[in-house]
Amino acid sequence: MMDEFDRLQAALRQAPAPEATAKAEAIALAMKNFDHLQGSPSAARPNSDRPEPAGFLNGVFDMLKSLGTTRVLAATTSVAAICVGLVVVLPLIGDLNLPVPKPAVQQAAPVAPLAETPVQPPAEPGRVRQDVDALTAAPQTPVLPELTPELITEPMADTAAAPEPAMESADAMAAPMAGAPAPAFKTAPGGMVGLAMPEMAPMPLENTEEFSSAPVNPVKVTAEEPVSTFSIDVDTASYAVVRSSLNAGYLPEAEAVRVEEMVNYFPYAYAAPVAGEAPFRTAVTVMQTPWNPGTRLVRIGLQGRLPALDDRPPLNLVFLIDTSGSMEDANKLPLLKQSLRLMLAELRPEDQVAIVAYAGSAGEILPPTKAENADEILAALDRLGAGGSTAGAEGLALAYQVARKMAGAGEVSRVLLATDGDFNVGIDDPEGLTKYIAKQRDTGVYLSVLGFGRGNLDDATMQALAQNGNGTAAYIDTLNEARKVLVDQLTGALFPIADDVKIQVEWNPAAVAEYRLIGYETRALRREDFNNDKVDAGEIGAGTAVTALYEVTAPGSAALRNDPLRYGTAQPLAQADELGFLRLRYKAPGEDVSALIETPIQPATSEPDADARFAVAIAGFGQLLTGSTYLGDWGWDQAIELALGARGDDPYGYRIEAVNLMRMAQTLAQ
Amino acid sequence: MDTTDETLATAAAAGDRAAFATLLQRHYDRVFALAWRMTGSRTEAQDLTQDICAALPAKLRGWRGDARFTTWLYRVTVNAAHDLRRRQATHSRAANGWGDWELARQDGIAEDRAALDWLQAAMTRLPPELRDTLALVLGQDLSQAEAGQVLGLSEGTIAWRMSEVKKRLRVIAAEEAR
Repeated sequence: MMDEFDRLQAALRQAPAPEATAKAEAIALAMKNFDHLQGSPSAARPNSDRPEPAGFLNGVFDMLKSLGTTRVLAATTSVAAICVGLVVVLPLIGDLNLPVPKPAVQQAAPVAPLAETPVQPPAEPGRVRQDVDALTAAPQTPVLPELTPELITEPMADTAAAPEPAMESADAMAAPMAGAPAPAFKTAPGGMVGLAMPEMAPMPLENTEEFSSAPVNPVKVTAEEPVSTFSIDVDTASYAVVRSSLNAGYLPEAEAVRVEEMVNYFPYAYAAPVAGEAPFRTAVTVMQTPWNPGTRLVRIGLQGRLPALDDRPPLNLVFLIDTSGSMEDANKLPLLKQSLRLMLAELRPEDQVAIVAYAGSAGEILPPTKAENADEILAALDRLGAGGSTAGAEGLALAYQVARKMAGAGEVSRVLLATDGDFNVGIDDPEGLTKYIAKQRDTGVYLSVLGFGRGNLDDATMQALAQNGNGTAAYIDTLNEARKVLVDQLTGALFPIADDVKIQVEWNPAAVAEYRLIGYETRALRREDFNNDKVDAGEIGAGTAVTALYEVTAPGSAALRNDPLRYGTAQPLAQADELGFLRLRYKAPGEDVSALIETPIQPATSEPDADARFAVAIAGFGQLLTGSTYLGDWGWDQAIELALGARGDDPYGYRIEAVNLMRMAQTLAQ
Repeated sequence: MDTTDETLATAAAAGDRAAFATLLQRHYDRVFALAWRMTGSRTEAQDLTQDICAALPAKLRGWRGDARFTTWLYRVTVNAAHDLRRRQATHSRAANGWGDWELARQDGIAEDRAALDWLQAAMTRLPPELRDTLALVLGQDLSQAEAGQVLGLSEGTIAWRMSEVKKRLRVIAAEEAR
């Protein structure tokens, strides 16, 4: 027997000598990369933590993998289609004054065929992996028609008949076009679709970060689309990503900015719901828009109930921890360990914690352990080391299995996934992953995602996982942020009080001619989905608040962006004593049937309190970062002034931090 | 006396070109040997080593000097080999490990094969994690504690794996005797 062993040893020792040429080549390549690394890249990308994705080339690999042939073709054909569309549209817009806001009406010759011109919206620059978000995809999100390869070479007429005039869903303004002698420039929402096109670079090949985003919500005409439906969003990841970018000295990409997440990052003092009633209370305020004297802002606030902390149900937590090689950086695994340590102190003795790691092979590092055995848990945390590559799905399956094992009657089970994003190595089917999570959601186990580090942060996947797993996504860049997410807001993050919360607002055309939802692009729902309890939406945690802002324009206001229809029906004269009607649906945790709350929106414009003004300032901040076209001359100075004047009671310094970030952004934007 | 690897690595991480070149010269053969032991193919090992060399400058930025340089370098190599395996696994899910995907392409590497037949046969029968452990302990002459450091496992696990290897070899020997 030992012979075999020795024989194996001998055979293994006889490694062949490497080929001299191969060696020289490899060394030359290494030296070249070494030189390259010392030179330019740091100038272009000032943060030093540009990751080495788990296994060089993996980023490119992943990207290619996720870009199926059809997708590549769809992307390239839509570029082609836009180019063709641009050729058709350009001569018409050429002699009009481009920067739209409110041009004199010019009677162009009727250009009926134009209505069919395939003005495709850009295929969402930063958002190539639409599949990941497919389940929650916004209906306004222009779904890329699956163009077939033939289309590339087919004549214009066919391209014009391309499936789905995506424009219509993306922008109500396309509707009045049909057959009307309208000025051609109307096809461009908030600027020029055609002119925005050059930015639609195919893909940034060097950055492996992916962000979940959708085109900015356009102004809608109430007469045509009076109902606006969306799911609430309690994530705050976007704000933390923006902060980490600004602190690293560069402006965040527009795709990384989700205005609603920035607004919802801050605590607001909404009135708490009355005991015995719905689990949350709505507060609607109407106020003057700071950036446009002709419009008003409607702020809808939801405040979740804060249940008595003493009798909260026991908690089962499974930490699913990414220990892949890329987690080695100081702001990843070590920060994660510190964060979890902070959180551990907040748990009750009877709460249970388990740790599952994934990297190479998934494993249960710590079996379910009561939180009172803190030493045991801390020791297990300390044993974690980064190394190996990422195989997220395997770890996820194990984590869910452990969570189900721990679940007892009346207890809350949650998987906390901590990762730097590189989640899909080895899985060729991200869609399957989200489907798997959506299925697990029905077992009552929640999933929250904590993002760490920058560079290959796969924000799109994180969002998709958390949204499908009935959880929240947070991005942790500093220990301070860890404290906010895992200590100060622990109860909200871990105890849901209402599931699938959807908001629907029906605007009264007599009082609101146009409206625009600020943010929530990735959370839009179809109108009929509101009443469909099968459709998933966001969750509200204990004590958390959610804020949504609409910018509305009264009929006859000088700020209207759309002209009345020449052949439109006469405005029905309804009573104008309500701006609109707010409907909310939610499910109690674990239930299948939703409850409905209805509130009319009264037009009384009030002097906004500090909370409202601050929320508006942050919404402005977000829109400035995305280069929104709706702000007019309102800029950084005004945003900073508004935020400074609305700091109110700011015990943790979140608001002043935001003001400083605005200052930083102002400097960087110059 | 030569400058230690650790000192060179720290210098290279800070941008010292000469230090980096020295490190490469010193360790290329070692990395290649480990790559060969883990993949079982000369061409595969050559490609893998080249990939590692190409990525090394960037990897080196993560060098903190808290381990021996060879341990760190072995960890990089092992991780790269794992990545390679995983990529190959997605290419053909049916194939599993050292021998199988190797056997599937045996025509292409006939020259490697003759000398390796027995080794290959033995290695093929071992699961990947045992092969990695073997490559480090027997091939690279690491102690069980060092191998544990490279693989991110405890010394006990390595010891268990080595005894598992012996157990399995016994089975193979018994079969061969028949």
